Amino acid sequence: MIPTIRSYLTGDGVSWLDAAIAKIHADAGAIFAVFPAAGRRCGRGALDDGWTVDQAVRVTLLLELPLDGEPLGLLLFDLYAHGDAGERLAVLASLSVFDDAGRLGEAGLPIVRDALRTSDTRLIGAAMSRYGAARLPAEAYRQAVLKCVFTGVPLSGVAGLESRADRELARMMADFAKEREAAGRVVPPDIWPILERHPDLRAGLSSDTKGAS
Amino acid sequence: MRIFDPHIHMTSRTTDDYRRMYDAGVRALVEPAFWLGQPRTSPGTFADYFDGLLGWEPYRAAQYGIAHHCAIALNPKEANDPRLRGVLDLLPRYLAKDRVVAVGEVGYDEMTPAEDEVLQAQLALALEHELPVLVHTPHRDKAAGTLRTLDVVKDSGLPPEMILVDHLNEMTAKAVADSGCWSGFSVYPDTKMDVHRMIALLRLYGTDRVLVNSAADWGHSDPLKTRAVGDAMLADGFTEEDVDKVLWANPVAFYGQSGRLELDEVSPAADYAGNTIKRGVAP
Repeated sequence: MIPTIRSYLTGDGVSWLDAAIAKIHADAGAIFAVFPAAGRRCGRGALDDGWTVDQAVRVTLLLELPLDGEPLGLLLFDLYAHGDAGERLAVLASLSVFDDAGRLGEAGLPIVRDALRTSDTRLIGAAMSRYGAARLPAEAYRQAVLKCVFTGVPLSGVAGLESRADRELARMMADFAKEREAAGRVVPPDIWPILERHPDLRAGLSSDTKGAS
Repeated sequence: MRIFDPHIHMTSRTTDDYRRMYDAGVRALVEPAFWLGQPRTSPGTFADYFDGLLGWEPYRAAQYGIAHHCAIALNPKEANDPRLRGVLDLLPRYLAKDRVVAVGEVGYDEMTPAEDEVLQAQLALALEHELPVLVHTPHRDKAAGTLRTLDVVKDSGLPPEMILVDHLNEMTAKAVADSGCWSGFSVYPDTKMDVHRMIALLRLYGTDRVLVNSAADWGHSDPLKTRAVGDAMLADGFTEEDVDKVLWANPVAFYGQSGRLELDEVSPAADYAGNTIKRGVAP
């Protein structure tokens, strides 16, 4: 989506993007003014794979920053910390793209951890991208998956479950289900695939329709 | 009745208020940056506050079907604390953001030299960022403070239609109406302005360039006062169009000058068309 973003913009949008990139090349500090303006200048329409125009334009701008590693991580954190929700989502979306290019290492993890501490489900979901899933330590990854289930963030959007969903995460899900059952509340169906490989943990959970069949 | 509250401090209100506001017809609002009762002591707490106005608060409002926008500024009371002068350096970054539809609240509290300096600096920022300005008028010595405000605004280079002068009353309404600026009235349970005085002022000055707000905050205030004014207007013989103009079209016209209002999601017109598809999506 990032390399082809220009084809989705109007002529004015392309001109603005090119000028914004030139400003960043002249002075990286220009990012503070152009990054927030992307939606107003280029639009906010939906693209494929959950991207939006403003988000793809913002990530395109970030990729032009002449920084790597720790200094890049610090600048991204600053943009994230003082960004509105759209800007924060764009920074989170950029992490996997930077990582694919080998530019970020662990330096984006403080952003992922901050997003997971919020109560905004959009940020929580975006934090569990390929980058977060690959880089979070096991304890933090499990807590994040549980928080997703707890706050209603669909696990279909959470990366890394095939390789990282272990027995301890299954135990946490089973305990969560018991707690919900005891309270007479609905158990989110998202937890059952995680319990799939651990039938002993599933035993006794009355809302496990799959186990009962 | 669709309502746009052009001045309300939702950070101080509960989700029950959001629900009651939605039920009363409120679909959009502007939350201007102001003081919080307890004085702050460092620019860092302002950054956190501004981030909340742009992050958590619009998210909370959206859960209840209300479009949240904000105005950003260093308020006049805290402008007098030299430790907070650094807040002015934060402003350009925040004034660049989506959903920041004005500079505000700026203005006078006690009309000190520090307040003068901070007000003028922020009027210059508004000019630079092409944003309208929400100007607070002082609680004490209001008439003198309002006249001085109008002079300073005139000298700023901003056209009067980009200025909303707020918290007006019988003593200050005429001067602001004559200036070409927009007039704001904060309808409170006991103080600033009440519903019946508001109706009398609307009869006297008409509905052009008039905005009514609840200015509800952490003090004794009521987020449903906008609706109360709408009901009282109808009871007094104003038409539905008059009510819609004061409670919806006027605030949309004033803040719309920022080019940053996002009302498609909540606009009753969109509901009427049965169109639930998100706007702004590429064809």
